[in-house]
Amino acid sequence: MAARVSERLQVLTGHQAVAEAMRQIEPDVVAAYPITPQSEIMHYFAEFVANGKVRTELITVESEHSAMSACIGAAVAGARTMTATASQGLALMIEMVYIASAMRCPIVMAIANRALSGPINIHCDHSDAMLGRDAGVAQLFAEDAQEAYDFMVMAPRIAEHEDVLLPVWVNLDGFTLTHTADVVELLEDELVREFVGEYRPKYPLLDVDHPTTQGPFALPEYYFELKRQQVDAINSVPRVLQEVQAEFARLSGREYQGFFEPYYLDDAEYAMVVMGSTAGTAKEAVDRLRERGERVGLLKLWLFRPFPREEVATALEGKEAVAVLDRAFSLGSYGPLFLEVSSALYESERRPRLYNYTYGLGGRDTTASQLEAVFRQIRDEHLSKEMHYINLRE
Amino acid sequence: MFKSYRALPLGGVIQATPDRAKKKTGDWREEKPVWDEGKCVNCLLCWVRCPEAAILTEEEEMAGFDYDYCKGCGICAHTCPTEAIEMVPEEEEVPKPEPERERAGAAQGRGAGRGRRDGSKSE
Repeated sequence: MAARVSERLQVLTGHQAVAEAMRQIEPDVVAAYPITPQSEIMHYFAEFVANGKVRTELITVESEHSAMSACIGAAVAGARTMTATASQGLALMIEMVYIASAMRCPIVMAIANRALSGPINIHCDHSDAMLGRDAGVAQLFAEDAQEAYDFMVMAPRIAEHEDVLLPVWVNLDGFTLTHTADVVELLEDELVREFVGEYRPKYPLLDVDHPTTQGPFALPEYYFELKRQQVDAINSVPRVLQEVQAEFARLSGREYQGFFEPYYLDDAEYAMVVMGSTAGTAKEAVDRLRERGERVGLLKLWLFRPFPREEVATALEGKEAVAVLDRAFSLGSYGPLFLEVSSALYESERRPRLYNYTYGLGGRDTTASQLEAVFRQIRDEHLSKEMHYINLRE
Repeated sequence: MFKSYRALPLGGVIQATPDRAKKKTGDWREEKPVWDEGKCVNCLLCWVRCPEAAILTEEEEMAGFDYDYCKGCGICAHTCPTEAIEMVPEEEEVPKPEPERERAGAAQGRGAGRGRRDGSKSE
């Protein structure tokens, strides 16, 4: 089947791209509370609601805790449900995110990544996303507005798959992606609607002929087993994601294969692992070094949760050295992404030297030249294994 | 009773099975509502607000309580505009607890979320 896409390419911000995906999906319920840099997603979406472009029930609540709670209520009732937030808003949601996951609510959430306070800051890093690391949500990271749009369209299919039934987060870097305009190719409305299909909830509370109790108390006899169910659920995500990617490729012509994009990775001696918009900067660094004949490459990770251990290990083993770039601290340890990558490679006999770099906290700029310098540094076999910091005033 | 995690319902959801009807959750109750038919004006606010659907009706009129499921929360008595519902101790003769036992019991009751709505009434 030939790819059928909208004729016009559009110049859209990340916010607009996400809001357009939401308009096309037309969820039954959206509950949200404003927070920088997420608010514009909901500004645009509220406009769609007000103008009758969608029939979504938009619930404006008094806090993110309430937003997430309303989403859970709606999802349990049997509604296709979405929300969006960032930073402190996500922190306030987290209590309910764990519950949404345990109650197996397939809520799609756009996260406009922003540094957690304190100090208070509105700009991008991934510390907010890391709040969900252990919560039982699938997490995708977008490099640009196109990926954010595409992931939003794929997200309901992943979340609502009967083997998954978990929240899915689409992470897009605050300001860098949310507030800058980019060329985005939207699919036709009808194609998206067809692709996501009708949501068929398993135990909708509104089905009064089949009454259920949802989210009951689970004491020591049951809690462990119910948590174990979540393990199977999140471990189903890679398979489901690949099925959805394949179908999406037929629909859009855009090929997302697997859990990361390798960029000049196959024959690279030195590699970098990064998530989000900085992958674009890293590609520029790789291009410059490749022009000089240096065998460097990039692993741009899309799927952070569940972490694709085997695939990442296979892609990186045999390299001389790898720099793992974290845009969040796990204070008192290495960065969250580094811990995953190094754990994935532990069993490998061809384990590369691994280095952890923290970059971009609180919106600190990271340039291609700085990433070129990282590729130079990791050539040194005596380079310290302690945390390195990019563009920090030492 | 203790099934493999695979056999447990998704997310612990409890479906309405014939077995469920055998669970008479009303046995949690420490106080029960009683009803003065003479004062009742059949506004049915108790029916609206009862969290357990334990208010019985006949032809859209108040007809008493389903004590199999009433947990004795007292919302009906609170909500009744004509004070036609009163909460009375479940056992007619409640032995007066020792002061220390009463405190321990009250603390435990709060922890489990099912303490007496008004401890003084039960004495």
